[in-house]
Amino acid sequence: MTKTILLITALLATGCASQRPADDLYRDLGGDEGVTRIVDAFLVHLAEDELVVDTFADTDIAEFRRLMIEQLCDLSGGPCTYGGRTMAESHAGMGVTPAMFNALVADFIDAMDDAGVPQGAQNRLLGRLAPMYGDIVEG
Amino acid sequence: MTRRFQRCITAGLLTLSLAAPGALAGSRILATGGATPIEGGGGGGITPWALITGYGSSGETGISAFATRVDVRDFRLDSAGLAVGWNDRLEASFARQALDVQPLDVTLKQDVFGLKARVAGRLLYTAMPQVSVGLQHKRNRSFDVPAALGAADDSGTDLYVSAAKLWFAALFDRNLFANVTLRRTEANEIGLLGFDAAGEDASLVAEGTLAVFLDDRWVIGYEYRQKPDHLDAVTENDWQDLFVAYFPSKRVSLVAARAMLDEIAGLPDQDGWYLSIQATL
Repeated sequence: MTKTILLITALLATGCASQRPADDLYRDLGGDEGVTRIVDAFLVHLAEDELVVDTFADTDIAEFRRLMIEQLCDLSGGPCTYGGRTMAESHAGMGVTPAMFNALVADFIDAMDDAGVPQGAQNRLLGRLAPMYGDIVEG
Repeated sequence: MTRRFQRCITAGLLTLSLAAPGALAGSRILATGGATPIEGGGGGGITPWALITGYGSSGETGISAFATRVDVRDFRLDSAGLAVGWNDRLEASFARQALDVQPLDVTLKQDVFGLKARVAGRLLYTAMPQVSVGLQHKRNRSFDVPAALGAADDSGTDLYVSAAKLWFAALFDRNLFANVTLRRTEANEIGLLGFDAAGEDASLVAEGTLAVFLDDRWVIGYEYRQKPDHLDAVTENDWQDLFVAYFPSKRVSLVAARAMLDEIAGLPDQDGWYLSIQATL
């Protein structure tokens, strides 16, 4: 038991210490083309998701698409700077519930599957998106 | 009666798992309802987790049913039951257990009624681990043998607190899951040998699970369950298992494990296999 814990701690430490280039995740997502593919697939899944689709009734979809591509590029270390509002600002008053947030995450995972994103890159991107929960969900 | 209940649950499970996927499943992410441990409710194989059973999120209800068989050298445990989760907040569960002691041709029986409440955190989304508190009220239905071995009560209530966390891409870019449970218990061999031996206070024991998601559907892991050793007549040891879990859909999951249960009721080296099926609505 102790050995197992030591081994896993060592592996984790090694993982943290290894120096990856800053844009490593962006490249694993497939760069601009890959990120665009994810967002376009995401929009398709959103449109088919009864739980969340109404939330986007008043959204300018073209602008949403542009900003989301920019944000994922920025978040994954690509050559972009997200210029939109913060997640807290853009979701204020929308009444996003935990169930809706979960549905969005499931749609996003489906979109990454559609876009052919490898499992490891999916996990790393989800790890950077997950902390947004507190800014997006109300209550 | 016990076996009939278990056969009924198993038949229902097979029917459910073959049923077409519908819109009933809750919106939580695949596998985040966990499997079902032998004492029922959301968890691993031998220990409860802080997760609420099923896939229900806010405003949603999740229902799960399970059947499990553990087959080790001298014992065979069958456990089956049902659980309901509300709002990803509250869980109620029931499990019925029957343990065949093969060398003695005796069957020990027990029912477990569980309640659990999530009090903090969200497994996937918060820096704070998901924390739940729970209880398992156990009623032994074959108290002759436990009484002969020195158990004082035929029922008891375990209290526990569990903390669970998932770290994304933590181990070779795979997601890492851990759960720790602290339990206050008077049970001997989880209650199958009764409760509250003479001269013994309740024990505080630790249980843990460490698992890696190979992808969205396949999970491998290790579990450890510390156990008290209250009865003078027989030795009780800690339990361990190594498991593989498969979540092909939100409807059904399967867990296979190598169970390492050490000495039970004076019979040593109780190693063997564990197999569990769970259906979720």
